Amino acid sequence: MIKIRSRDEIKLIRESGRLVAGALDLAAQLVAPGIETGALDKEIEDYIIGHGATPEFKGFHGYPAAICASVNEEVVHGIPGTRALRNGDIIGIDVGVRKNGYVADGARTFAVGGITETTELLVSVTKRALDAGISVVREGVHLTDVSHAIQQVAEGAGFSVVRELAGHGVGTELHEPPEVPNYGNPGMGPVLKAGMILAIEPMVNAGVPGVETLADNWTVVTVDRHRSAHFEHTIAVTAKGADILTQ
Amino acid sequence: MAKQKGITVEGVVVEALPNAMFRVELDNGHKVLAHISGKMRMHYIKILPGDRVTVEVSPYDWSRGRITYRYK
Repeated sequence: MIKIRSRDEIKLIRESGRLVAGALDLAAQLVAPGIETGALDKEIEDYIIGHGATPEFKGFHGYPAAICASVNEEVVHGIPGTRALRNGDIIGIDVGVRKNGYVADGARTFAVGGITETTELLVSVTKRALDAGISVVREGVHLTDVSHAIQQVAEGAGFSVVRELAGHGVGTELHEPPEVPNYGNPGMGPVLKAGMILAIEPMVNAGVPGVETLADNWTVVTVDRHRSAHFEHTIAVTAKGADILTQ
Repeated sequence: MAKQKGITVEGVVVEALPNAMFRVELDNGHKVLAHISGKMRMHYIKILPGDRVTVEVSPYDWSRGRITYRYK
């Protein structure tokens, strides 16, 4: 069952979403060569708590931190720690915020200092893939129309899309139905209705699509250890299109 | 945070338990408690110890799964 959220509920999710955007803006300022991922986690957790909200990831299936910090070949769910960022790295930061019982989820990939042209392309294509997916969203389209649009952009640029992980519904829980894959044929899956809330999140790899999970049971890395980028927005489906709640 | 999709693995049923639950030993050696998917129940597909099956394991709890296919 995909929940339909009322206008008031969407307002509350947007409130959480603004904090997600604020936390990611803060991350954008902090990301620099030399900073440890654990320090980013601490700053962002303080920011979220300081705004009367709670970091939704902490404790989610036992996850130990407020953010996911995934550097270079880490696709998603990198646990923040003592790893220091270096010039030329990319870091995906994923944040979930719960305020007044409603959750929003968002992520961006940042460049640390100067990055190579190929890496820059990977990051910009991933961002474009997310935008393409969001631009398709409207009441009446099928879920996989969104998935297909994302895949087209990512693979059209010569990159590959992660299959084992997907976007998801969000609202009062971090993960709600449906699953939002980032690949697939159009015209499949449920038909979107106004009031559905989706977290759309393409994960795009520079090399092969395969991923594996490290021994910490969280960190997902590419099997070929090439780089991967990740962008995410929480959106509300409306009759006219998508209303982005995490900006 | 991205959602982990269910992971499908193969294994062998070692024990039949009440309520259509089974203990399945996976090829990687893990033992999981698995129930039969609704679709398999609808079609009255019977499962006995010793059968080779496909199991969908929850990525968050590796001790639980759902049997989605029984090999002949």
